[in-house]
Amino acid sequence: MTMASMYFDYANVAVFFVFAVVFVILNISVISVILRPTVENDQKDTTYECGEPSVGSSWVRFDMRFYTVALVFLIFDVEVAFLYPWAVVFKDLRGAIGGSATGVFVFLEAAIFLLILFVGLIYVWKRGDLDWVKSSSAQEVDARQRQMIEAKDEVRL
Amino acid sequence: MIFGGTMLSNGLVFARYSLAEWIQGLLGDRLEMIPEWILFPLLMLAGCLVIIGFITVFALFAIWMERKVSAHMQCRLGPMEVGFHGALQTIADGVKLLGKEDIVPRHADKLLHYLAPIIVFAGVFPLFVVVPFSEKILISDINLGLFFVAAVGAVEVVGVIMAGWASNNKWSLFGAMRAATQLVSYEIPLGLAFLTIILLAGSFSMVDIIHQQEGWLSNWFLFHNPFMPIIFLSFFTASLAECKRAPFDLPEAESELVSGFHTEYSGMKFSIFFLAEYAAMYVVCAIAAVMFLGGWSTGIKPLEAWLADSAGNPMREVLSNTVHLVVIVTKSMFLVFVQMWLRWTLPRIRLDQIMHVCLKVLLPWTMVAMVATSAIELCWPGGNMVLTALTIVIWSIPLLWTLKAILDMTVGIFLKFVPSGR
Repeated sequence: MTMASMYFDYANVAVFFVFAVVFVILNISVISVILRPTVENDQKDTTYECGEPSVGSSWVRFDMRFYTVALVFLIFDVEVAFLYPWAVVFKDLRGAIGGSATGVFVFLEAAIFLLILFVGLIYVWKRGDLDWVKSSSAQEVDARQRQMIEAKDEVRL
Repeated sequence: MIFGGTMLSNGLVFARYSLAEWIQGLLGDRLEMIPEWILFPLLMLAGCLVIIGFITVFALFAIWMERKVSAHMQCRLGPMEVGFHGALQTIADGVKLLGKEDIVPRHADKLLHYLAPIIVFAGVFPLFVVVPFSEKILISDINLGLFFVAAVGAVEVVGVIMAGWASNNKWSLFGAMRAATQLVSYEIPLGLAFLTIILLAGSFSMVDIIHQQEGWLSNWFLFHNPFMPIIFLSFFTASLAECKRAPFDLPEAESELVSGFHTEYSGMKFSIFFLAEYAAMYVVCAIAAVMFLGGWSTGIKPLEAWLADSAGNPMREVLSNTVHLVVIVTKSMFLVFVQMWLRWTLPRIRLDQIMHVCLKVLLPWTMVAMVATSAIELCWPGGNMVLTALTIVIWSIPLLWTLKAILDMTVGIFLKFVPSGR
C-alpha cells in the first residue's frame, strides 16, 4: 500500500461522511418540505404518551445501574483496544512452523494480560455487579462490608 | 496534490479502484486532461451514489422480504395488493412517508432532535466504504478495515441517545437508555470476535481476510478450529444486538415503548432511522460473511483457480467479478434471512437477560475461544487438518438437524395432498 492510495482510501471515508450528512439534510429539510403539508395544530405538538397528558419533563436522572454497565464496558473495551495491535502482528511473530520462542512469548504476554482481566471479571461477577438486580446474598455482603467500615470509623473516632 | 502526483501514471495503484479503472477505459487517453482535484472527488461521489442506490434498493427489498417472511411464518399472506405479491408495497410506503408531516414536540430539544437522524445515518453509511462486493467492485480496501468498522460502527449509539433524550418523551428516553446499555455492552464480544479473525488473518483489511480464506470450503475461518463456532455464534448474537434486531429489540419494543427512541419522529426523519437500520443489517451480515464465510470465495478450489486465471481474458475477469458479487451478496442475504427468521421465532428478552447473555455468557466464552485460537495458531500455523475436520463435524450436527426438520415439514405438507389409503 502506497501513501497515495492510503490518502485515496481515507479521503473516501471523509467524502462518504459528508455525503451521508448532506443526503439526510436534503431529505428531511428540502425534498420532504416541498412535498409534505404543514398544518399547524396545538395538540399535534404535545409529547406523545398514548393520549394521556404528559406530566413533567422526561429529562430526569438515570438509574445508577447504567453507570455500572458503562464502567464494565470501559474496562473491557479498553482491553480489546489494547489487543488490536497484538492481534495484527501475531501472525508475523508466531514463527512459520511449530511455535518459535518469540511466538510463545508473544502468546503468553497476551494470555497473562487476558488472565488479569478475567480475574477482574470473576471478582465483579462474585460481587454481583453484573446482575441487573443485585441478588440478596450479594446485597448482604455489601451490608456486611458497610458495617465493617462503619465499625472501623467508630474505632478511629 | 493531496492524492499524490504520480497517482494517475501508477497503473498498479490505479487498477485497485474499479470505478476509476472503468472510467479510464471509457475515456482512454483523454483522462489525462482532467485535473486530479476534479477527477478524484468526482470518483468518490460516484461511489457514494452507487452505495446510496444499493442501500435504497436493499432496504426496499429487505422490508418487503421481512413482511413476507414474517407473514409466511405466521401462516398469513402479508402484503399482496401492490404489485406482484406486494413487491411494490415498500415503494408505496416510501412515497407515503415523503408526504407525511414533520412533527417536532413542543418541549423537545429542537437542535438535537434534528441532528439525531443525521448522526445515526452518518454512523452507518461510511461503513460501506469497506464492505467488499468483489475484487474490483469495492469502494476502497482500507488497510484498517475491521478496526474502522469497530470504530465507526460505535458512532450510531450517540445518535440513538440523542434522539431519545431530545424527544423529551418518557418512551423515547427509556428506549435510548436501553439502546445505549445494549449497544455498548455488545461491542465487547464483537471486538473479541474481530480480534480472533485479525490474529488468524494477520491483517485488518477486508480483502486480505478474504484472500486468506480462498481455496476449498475448509479454508473458511468458520471451520478453522473447534472454537470458531463459539466465535461465530457470539459474533452473530452481538451483531443482532448491535442492529437492535429481535430478540434484542428492546430499544424500540413496539408493544411496551411504542417505538422507543424514535417515537417522536415522523415522516422523512423516521424513514432515515429505518434506512439506517436496514443498511446496518446488510453491513453486519456482509462483515460476518467476510470474516467467517470466506467473503466472495465460492469454496470450490478449481473454480476459484479458473476464475482467477484471467490473464489476457477480459471476459473471464468480468465473469469472475460477477460470480463473486453474486456469491457474497447471497451469503449476506442468507444471514439477513436468518436475522428475520430469529426475529419471528424468538420472544423479546428482558434487559437483565440481555446483560446476562452479554457479560456472563458471551464475554467469558469469546475470551476463552480467542486465547484457544491463538494457542492453536501458535502450535499449528495456518490451521490443522484434524481440527478443521472436527469443526466441520461439529457444524454438521445442527445443520443436519435443521435439514431434517425442513424435510419432515416438506414431507408433511406433501402427504397432506396424498389421499389416504381408504
